[in-house]
Amino acid sequence: MIAYLTRRLIQAAFILLGVSIITFALLYLLPADPVRQIAGRSATPQTVESIRQQLGLDQPFIVQYWRYLTNLLSGDLGRSYIQRSEVTELIVSRLPASLILMVGAILCELAIGLSMGLIAAVKRGSATDQTLMVGSFIGVSAPQFVVGLLLLYVFAVQLGWFPIGGYGTWRHAVLPSLTLGILGAGWYSRMMRSSMIDVLRQDYIRTARAKGLARGAILFRHALPNAILPVVAMIGIDIGLFMSGIVVVESVFGWPGIGQLAWQAIQRVDIPIIMGVTLVSACAIVLGNLLADIVAPFIDPRIKLR
Amino acid sequence: MKKYLASTVAASALALMLGLAPACAEDKLDPNAKQGGAITITYKDDVATLDPAIGYDWQNWSMIKSLFDGLMDYEPGTTNLRPELAESYEISPDGTTFTFKLRKGVKFHNGREMTADDVKYSLDRVTNPKTQSPGAGFFASIKGYEDVAGGKAESLAGVTVVDPSTVKIDLSRPDATFLHVMAINFSHVVPKEEVEKYGADFGKHPVGTGAYKLAEWTLGQRLVFERNAAYWHKGLPYLDKITFEIGQEPIVALLRLQKGEVDVPGDGIPPAKFQEVMADPAQKARVVEGGQLQTGYITMNTTMAPFDNVKVRQAVNMAVNKDRIVKIINNRAVPANQPLPPSMPGYDKNFAGYKYDVEKAKALLGEAGHPDGFETQLFVMNTDPNPRIAQAIQQDLAAIGIKASIQSLAQANVIAAGGDKAGAPMIWSGGMAWIADFPDPSNFYGPILGCGGAVQGGWNWAWYCNKDLDAKAANADSIVDPAKADERYKLWGEVYAKVMEDAPWAPVFNEQRFTMRSPRMAGDDKLYVDPVHIPINYDYVYVNDVQ
Repeated sequence: MIAYLTRRLIQAAFILLGVSIITFALLYLLPADPVRQIAGRSATPQTVESIRQQLGLDQPFIVQYWRYLTNLLSGDLGRSYIQRSEVTELIVSRLPASLILMVGAILCELAIGLSMGLIAAVKRGSATDQTLMVGSFIGVSAPQFVVGLLLLYVFAVQLGWFPIGGYGTWRHAVLPSLTLGILGAGWYSRMMRSSMIDVLRQDYIRTARAKGLARGAILFRHALPNAILPVVAMIGIDIGLFMSGIVVVESVFGWPGIGQLAWQAIQRVDIPIIMGVTLVSACAIVLGNLLADIVAPFIDPRIKLR
Repeated sequence: MKKYLASTVAASALALMLGLAPACAEDKLDPNAKQGGAITITYKDDVATLDPAIGYDWQNWSMIKSLFDGLMDYEPGTTNLRPELAESYEISPDGTTFTFKLRKGVKFHNGREMTADDVKYSLDRVTNPKTQSPGAGFFASIKGYEDVAGGKAESLAGVTVVDPSTVKIDLSRPDATFLHVMAINFSHVVPKEEVEKYGADFGKHPVGTGAYKLAEWTLGQRLVFERNAAYWHKGLPYLDKITFEIGQEPIVALLRLQKGEVDVPGDGIPPAKFQEVMADPAQKARVVEGGQLQTGYITMNTTMAPFDNVKVRQAVNMAVNKDRIVKIINNRAVPANQPLPPSMPGYDKNFAGYKYDVEKAKALLGEAGHPDGFETQLFVMNTDPNPRIAQAIQQDLAAIGIKASIQSLAQANVIAAGGDKAGAPMIWSGGMAWIADFPDPSNFYGPILGCGGAVQGGWNWAWYCNKDLDAKAANADSIVDPAKADERYKLWGEVYAKVMEDAPWAPVFNEQRFTMRSPRMAGDDKLYVDPVHIPINYDYVYVNDVQ
């Protein structure tokens, strides 16, 4: 186990290094000149050059990257070009909001996805099954921007059940969590359905049925725990899905998380923030996958770590 | 020695000399205004920085103006200069020495009294390359600027503290725009001790002399401004509190305004909802329309064939149907026929320009040796509505035989192509167009039409360089005497008339501003389309539901 963990962590370090090199190189190759952006349109060429030197942007790529990397190792992600604040401070101040949104989204996708999958599996082949699967297909394929605005319009503007965007109370969190969760719910309902169908075909279920156990007891005590575990083990992998989703969802709902920070930074070509958010997201995805892999054998003994 | 006094009384006289409305700092209070209340303003993007030496976007520009003050300012809702932290000023007859007498009893938010040393410190700081101020170049006419900008000196030789309430600024050349420079945010006065205390984070902890002070800033969520009870301008500001909510999509902000949760959507009316809002009389009544110091134009690279031929450029000017383009953007603009926007001093409202005339345009192309037209490229920024506008221009050009292919690119790429001499034959400026830094005709010339801007990486995308015109412009800007302002504007009018004769641009439209406000917001309409305060002038607006 320890050997496995060590190996995986070393792999993770290399993945993150790779991500940092690729992102840094892509941003370096961008035709936008950050110095011109900082210096503004009335700057003299002299000012432009002086700023370039101060930021070290006149150095070759390797030197710039090396300096970024060494600063990174001491926890310094640099200063935003546009906002002029520490990138670490900006990310740390926005991380709690994104985490709350993720927890909310996980709750939503599990609640919706698992129950839809369960019902569909039990009613396999029926009209209910087909309706639910069409619903899940829509959930998977509907653009989150549209889903978000639709929910906002119906539940916040028309019905007035929830606030129109913003952050603060649990009521603010419902619609964005739901928007982010609907995509995952689509996947989970499909996984849950097949997993449940699989379990319901097992011999021990047939035995339980033969023993005359009540339908509900078979379903909830014997089938569900076995069907649910492999599905739940996927949550770690969802983090990657969330990281792309929060950019859209946070912007629609005015949710002050790192997705919104990234979106603004991309629009303004604020390279240090784009770098910082990319690295933090990459960390989260790598850790999420690692977590999913580590948890899997505990949940499903057929899986072994090697 | 001729002196121009600008005390509160003399300011009115000065304004009359300039042919403007009477100016008077103290009596500007609205008799109907009520003190108190709080408003909420929304923005999509985070506020970048509130450091006056650095902030340079339209969102923080107006916020900084409410936290800090400069020596000069504008009468609310107008482009008329008036003294602010200065009580009065004198200009030497040769126009190179400006002496400002400071207002007494002005205190920073930290309680310390502002003095001439702070003015000097603020100017030294903004010009120092270590500050990385995007506005440093505005101060180039101050003596000693080159040394400070080049890192050879820490202090501007031309700025002298005569006594605690007098500061003298020597210029290396007469500069008629210098009073405007003393009104832009970059020259606003900051306290040294606070700047040193917070260092690079001063922009997060702004301390000025302004009407409001920063009470709270939760990154990515909200900023709260509170009334500065010790503000030197008695009776101002009217509001007790302004909350800026950050991260709100314009479309969501509009919904919240309709529910009464928001007072002003800072990003304006979203284009997709514009017609709907304007078609509803109840909503339309809450929209204030005003001019903007902006012009949208097509640049033609005068160094590239066939645009090196003036007849071709004039033909393009006649071929573009500006009325149709204005319709494409839902009438959110007015057609333009000259570089200056209508709200800019020096705008010539009698100027005829080039009338839309396809036949004459074709004839001109024929005279230029292109009776069958030619092929070229039109560069455009790739965000709506710019590609649609470019398509309209493309169709108009096709009507006279010019086949323009559209290069729709990201903003940075278009700017890079424009700054490259062999980069772009034609550019539609939308989304990158020039918006004036201060309301003076000179601000529309130097960087975008003068020889100085026609350099690699510059903003003169037409690469138009007319040395005679540069000399005429310099001559106009050496007329510092405010009493001769009309003469100066006339000279500038001649400069722009000549520009239009040479036709390096085809001016297309001037964007209008549409500010929406909640029913409870009050104050003169012009405060909601203030030319220098976008979206609104926070110091002078008030709400009508306070007791």
